[in-house]
Amino acid sequence: MRIGDRIFKILAVFSSLIIVGLVIGLFIELLVTSIPSIKKFGIKFIIDTVWDPVAEKFGALPAIYGTLVTSLISLLISFPISIGIAIFLSELSPPFFRRTLSFIIELLGAVPSLIYGMWGLFTLSPLIQLKVGPFLQNILGFLPFFQGYPTGVGYLNAGVVLSIMIIPTISSLSREVFMAVPMDQREAGYALGMTKWEVIRKVVLGNAKSGIFAAGILGLGRALGEAVAVTMVIGNFYNISVSLFSPGVTITSVIINEFVEAVGGLKISALIELALILFIITFFVMGFARYYILRRIENK
Amino acid sequence: MNYRRRKTTNYIMLGICIAAFFIGAIFLFWILGDVFLKGIKYINWKLFVELPKPPGIPEGGFGNAILGTFILTILASIIGIPIGIMAGVYVTEYGSGKLAWWTKFLTEILSSFPTIIIGIFIYILIVVPMKTFSALSGGIALSIIMLPVIAKSTEESIKMIPVSVREASYALGVPKWRTILRIVIPSAGSGIVTGIMMSIARIMGETAPLLFTSLNNNYWSYKLNEPIGSLTVLIFNYATSPYEDWRNMAWAAALILVFIVLILNIIAHIYTGKREKR
Amino acid sequence: MKRILILVLILLLVTNVKAAMLLNGAGATFPYPLYARWFYDFEKISGIKVNYQPIGSGAGIQQIQAGTVDFGASDSPLPGKDQQASNLIMIPSVAGGIAIVYNIPGVGKGLKLSREVIADIFLGKIKTWDDPKITSLNPNMKIPKINITVVRRSDGSGTTDIFTHFLSLVSPEWKEKVGAGTSVNWITGIGGRGNMGVAGYIKNIVGTIGYLELTYAVQNNLPYAMVKNKAGNFVYPEIPNIEAALENFPVQKDFYVYPIDAKGKDSYPISGYTFLLIRKNQGNLEKAKALISLVNWIYKEGDKTAKDLYYVPLPQKVKSMALERLKELNYQGKPIH
Repeated sequence: MRIGDRIFKILAVFSSLIIVGLVIGLFIELLVTSIPSIKKFGIKFIIDTVWDPVAEKFGALPAIYGTLVTSLISLLISFPISIGIAIFLSELSPPFFRRTLSFIIELLGAVPSLIYGMWGLFTLSPLIQLKVGPFLQNILGFLPFFQGYPTGVGYLNAGVVLSIMIIPTISSLSREVFMAVPMDQREAGYALGMTKWEVIRKVVLGNAKSGIFAAGILGLGRALGEAVAVTMVIGNFYNISVSLFSPGVTITSVIINEFVEAVGGLKISALIELALILFIITFFVMGFARYYILRRIENK
Repeated sequence: MNYRRRKTTNYIMLGICIAAFFIGAIFLFWILGDVFLKGIKYINWKLFVELPKPPGIPEGGFGNAILGTFILTILASIIGIPIGIMAGVYVTEYGSGKLAWWTKFLTEILSSFPTIIIGIFIYILIVVPMKTFSALSGGIALSIIMLPVIAKSTEESIKMIPVSVREASYALGVPKWRTILRIVIPSAGSGIVTGIMMSIARIMGETAPLLFTSLNNNYWSYKLNEPIGSLTVLIFNYATSPYEDWRNMAWAAALILVFIVLILNIIAHIYTGKREKR
Repeated sequence: MKRILILVLILLLVTNVKAAMLLNGAGATFPYPLYARWFYDFEKISGIKVNYQPIGSGAGIQQIQAGTVDFGASDSPLPGKDQQASNLIMIPSVAGGIAIVYNIPGVGKGLKLSREVIADIFLGKIKTWDDPKITSLNPNMKIPKINITVVRRSDGSGTTDIFTHFLSLVSPEWKEKVGAGTSVNWITGIGGRGNMGVAGYIKNIVGTIGYLELTYAVQNNLPYAMVKNKAGNFVYPEIPNIEAALENFPVQKDFYVYPIDAKGKDSYPISGYTFLLIRKNQGNLEKAKALISLVNWIYKEGDKTAKDLYYVPLPQKVKSMALERLKELNYQGKPIH
């Protein structure tokens, strides 16, 4: 029996080490490949706004900005919707419905990101240009976020496409976690005279806090790292703008656009430095989330 | 009075949940519907058995890409599922220290890595030394993408199991490893399977990492040390081509891809049995 | 379930049977449809399979340098000294033309544009279609007053490389402000992903102008402009005009050439070659012979299908020069035959 436990534990530790090792290995590879670019541009890389392959001058700021904006939009849109879906499926819908609909939603995770991109380009983009854009401008046009001519591609489009892409991730994991809350906990709530919503809020959501957090983080992760779909709808204009209708770039869209044609060593190095910056941003965003938010919700 | 307010809140919030569901569902079904409508017109049995034909030559199919996607997915799963589950097990059953915290944190970081970078990483690590693109490198790249999702789902599902279940098992004298294998993991089964299905769906839809590892192949191929075809790269090449019949085939391929995931989903749920809790 | 898995594993491991010869190539996206056709036909007569993947010219160069493929393909020529440094030979396979496409209501094929006007449009200096610089060239056309939206590529590409070399040649201002390359710091415009992305924007947005490989313009039924050439004539980006440009442009041995703004009354000014890259020192005699027979077949039999698909075959003298270059291939130090 001791041996069984030993072996099992070693396997478990080993698996964890593989994940840790992979991340460390990826980081090292990113760092090493970025060195020429870091040497040449230094800290200015992060604040420069020009991407000029001919003159070999590279600056990352518009890409960093675009990544943060689109991911934020996608999380703001998809998180409430995903939790709503998960609550609906786990608490409000009849069992048969739940199974079928859960299936279908998980299925959407399989749609190649290219298809999302094409949907964004051919379906969503005219909609933003002709309907949604003007509508938003009528109501909220005084805000700088909604000014400028909506060509249909840009931060808003990318944010919406990303949000749809991550809904299956967040909602599926949340749904599973909600369903795992034991029935008797809910019944205790009802016995105390709680309304259905109060049971959902206090019992189900209350017990599933860390699961919801994990789901949100996985979704955010997916949004930060998505390349193909984003590049088709972000407009690819190396610029920073507060307007959501404006075209822009993200770190991943720049990498995927330029990497395959990149022949110059410095350019590849600059592109990988972009990836390194994404890594560092992710590290801090998720570190912050884990350290402050998670602790808070688990201690409440 | 207080009760009335609570009741109203109740109805409003439930209404919001249902509305959220419908909003989400509309978008999701919209996209699925698009794929379905655009692809169904061009589905025929030839797609499964024939090889791709160049423009100007009619018909043709992508049976090799379908096979390739299967092989890559199986490869990735063989590597990714056990490691992912065991990592999830580690952080819940064995970890209370630094390694567990770092594993959890780095798993989240890994999940956000642009898949193209993972592809490049494996390119440097495996493709260049092997001096060839290969199905093996593609499978490995995909398994890395699978790992965080499976590990996280496993972790969260196991967390939801009441401590009492384990303690009952220990009380009966069952050793820890047996408890985990026979009781904990199966109890978390539905969640773990969901995690696995999500990650399989995810990797079946990935293009970028394959471009640097398994490349693609226009011919039937199953050897692990040669480039292998895949539906996603095919869709990528065809959808961005100037030829209408290629673009139509791209939609058909996308539909087939989703269909395959559907079937795998069904099989997985039948196999693990439906967990009836209500 | 476990048994099925084991069976699959065994199947995978056991299938190491000797298969027919397979050549792997990767790179340029522009010639991909033509290569697909050529290699399909080639397999029929030779039994040799050629697996070509359009991962991009830069990637193609990277891969042939890394030795992971048997040949690379690039829309941008690699300079002679780089070829030497990596021990590669570079030969053109086929050529093409870049059409200037647009979406102007009421205006069909044949809008006349001079080289300077094109440069000024892409520099953002000409902002509306009814600008006198454009209307003066087209007195018989009714051009509406709408804004010009420039569409260019968001991804790096050989098409961009050729087009920006053209712009740099005809406009000193362009050369100074932007320059030439597979990917440049565009002054204006929205970026479409790939030739298809550009075609999509042109089709869907009114007032756009963009540059596309001829194949894509034709397949998408997009109207293209007549461009004024060096001799002063307005010509279409059509096969005879591109062939004229190629005939009139001297080619050197290392093939580092951009046949832009060629002399000759019929020459189309924005033309370009696409190239194959092969290792000089071959490690496998069978594969080397296969490569040589592939190139020979392309030059001998490939012209007709090229034209069918709107690509432009190489002039005979270019083919001869290329075949000479091919003789530099060697296996273990000895030339191959």
